[in-house]
Amino acid sequence: MRPAQSPVVRLIQNLVRKRDFYAGGLIIFFGLVMTLKGPGYRLGTLMHMGPGFLPTALGVILICLGIAIAGTGLAVPEGEDEDILPEHPEWFGWACILAGPLCFILFGSYFGLIPAIFTCVFVSAHGDRTATLKNSAVLATVVTVFGVGLFSYVLQVPMPLLTWRGL
Amino acid sequence: MIETALTDLWYGFGVALQPHNLMWCFIGVLVGNMVGVLPGMGPLATISILLPLTFGIKPVGAILMLAGVMYGAQYGGAICSILLNLPCHPPHAVTCLDGFPMTKQGRGGVALGLTVMASFVGASWGITEMIFLSPILVRVALQFGPAEICSLMLLGLLAGSTLARGSPIKGVAMTVLGLMLGIVGTDLETGAERFTFGMTHLDDGIELVALALGLFGVAEFMNSINQVVSINAKYTNVRLRDMRPSKSDVKQAIAPMFRGTLVGSLCALIPGTGPTIASFVAYATEKKISRHPEKFGTGLIEGVIAPEASTHSSVQGDFIPTMSLGIPGDAVMALLLGALMIQGIVPGPQLIKEHPDIFWGLVASFWIGNIMLVLLNVPLIGIWVKLLTIPYKYLYPSALFFVCIGVYAANNDMFQVGETVVIGILGYVLLRLGFHPAPILLGFVLGPRFEENFRRAMLISRGDIFVFVERPISAVFIGLCVLLIALQIYVRIRGAKPPIEIPTALEGAE
Repeated sequence: MRPAQSPVVRLIQNLVRKRDFYAGGLIIFFGLVMTLKGPGYRLGTLMHMGPGFLPTALGVILICLGIAIAGTGLAVPEGEDEDILPEHPEWFGWACILAGPLCFILFGSYFGLIPAIFTCVFVSAHGDRTATLKNSAVLATVVTVFGVGLFSYVLQVPMPLLTWRGL
Repeated sequence: MIETALTDLWYGFGVALQPHNLMWCFIGVLVGNMVGVLPGMGPLATISILLPLTFGIKPVGAILMLAGVMYGAQYGGAICSILLNLPCHPPHAVTCLDGFPMTKQGRGGVALGLTVMASFVGASWGITEMIFLSPILVRVALQFGPAEICSLMLLGLLAGSTLARGSPIKGVAMTVLGLMLGIVGTDLETGAERFTFGMTHLDDGIELVALALGLFGVAEFMNSINQVVSINAKYTNVRLRDMRPSKSDVKQAIAPMFRGTLVGSLCALIPGTGPTIASFVAYATEKKISRHPEKFGTGLIEGVIAPEASTHSSVQGDFIPTMSLGIPGDAVMALLLGALMIQGIVPGPQLIKEHPDIFWGLVASFWIGNIMLVLLNVPLIGIWVKLLTIPYKYLYPSALFFVCIGVYAANNDMFQVGETVVIGILGYVLLRLGFHPAPILLGFVLGPRFEENFRRAMLISRGDIFVFVERPISAVFIGLCVLLIALQIYVRIRGAKPPIEIPTALEGAE
């Protein structure tokens, strides 16, 4: 049994190193979600299509495309950059960039525009490795002043400047 | 025919020269010119940020401004390539090859001056093409039934996703993903809620602005953070005097200028081949017909002029299918079409007739905008170059705030800011897995109309799926689709390599 198994094992080992394997996997996942959920919206007939028809069809297409992508990953020799993560993962930087808009949502919903802008810029600025507290604070202040002037006074975005809605 | 076109154009100038429209056009090209120079801020992100701010102004002004951003950015991109060897924007990547050597020889000013000239010629030709071709296309397209529209959209989607950068299969996968995202929300025909996962905020579908800014804003910031690009500002002292080309320079530049223009306008006619491909084809053509091809890359003026003229002619030409058929060729066009739809204007062949002010005003504003850009570029190059020295660490937090407030202002809904974050994460994952997210936007904008027409075609044909190949016009489109796929497979098997190596300093930008 063993010799028959080893090419398969080697194939799989070859596959999981490839970036395209994961790319195809992600696409297959999206396709599966649609194919499984689509029929729940009523398929209908070709003549009278229900809301579920197109999603299901697209889901099937996505699964096929996903298999094709993963398959070509197998056929192509290993490239230089097969890592999914970049050479130097910037976990902290990414977190800061994503935390910026979240701060905007949180502070914007509860305390108004000024704290929203300030925290958004201040937090996201820390994603850069050379950022200092002082630099970020200065940048955030400048952007806040400019942003309040432009969006609140000139463009009249309906958001209170400062408010207290409690937590 | 020429007479009616000229009357319409005259009317268009009347619209575009109204003071407020003129002002929006000016703001558009100015902002576009600026972001064209800034690395890491493409026209896509800029148009998405400005999009919500245009809800308050009239549709004509809004579209003039957003289109201005788009072609204004093309002028700015050339500056970056020639003076700094930074291919900030993909269409200008080839310009680096000969533009930067010219700068090193101290002829950067001349290169810029001639580029501005070539851009104007290229753009003018693209606009002329639009004036005469659009009405013809519209006359044909008005005869189309749902089946024809469907197959035409299919062709547009397929071309847009397979001819763009990167692997064609991945491109198609992104388009289908875009179609899927377009399905989220309430079904127009039956009122069924699809893929909302119980969130009432998603009933109206995913917001276009949130999608665009997630993919081209947040994901792009995540991609470029702490990726230090050292900017070599050694050669950026260009004075006005340096930009005036000598007579022999102009003589040398005229032929490549027209060849580039021709290449660009041909590329614009093939759906899906945007300015990036046009510029590469133009460069390759110049090299092929040149008597001394080995000198390319050492600072030949032909290598700068031809791609730039071709980029501009194709950028203007891209508007033809977008405005006359309602089928966008790339992501930026899809975004502009989305902007029209938000204003309540239905894109398609009836647009020119129902909203002549938008179409002819836009055409006229192209010329006005291009003249503004020529005038602006000359004195402003120095200021734009200074902008380049703003470090990225100050740029991206400010841009992130613009993203947040832009998405919020679209509907005054904080939930959509959250949407942007989620889409941003998805976009970055896709980028890392080797996908180019631009076709998502194409699928997203066309998706709902595709579904509507598909259903209608099926209803009319009583559920006969072969209607698409039985009707002659539709059969031609389907045939072209098949040809396109066959061609891709053929190229794949033959293992053709791109003719020119792309400089990849900022590949992900845009």
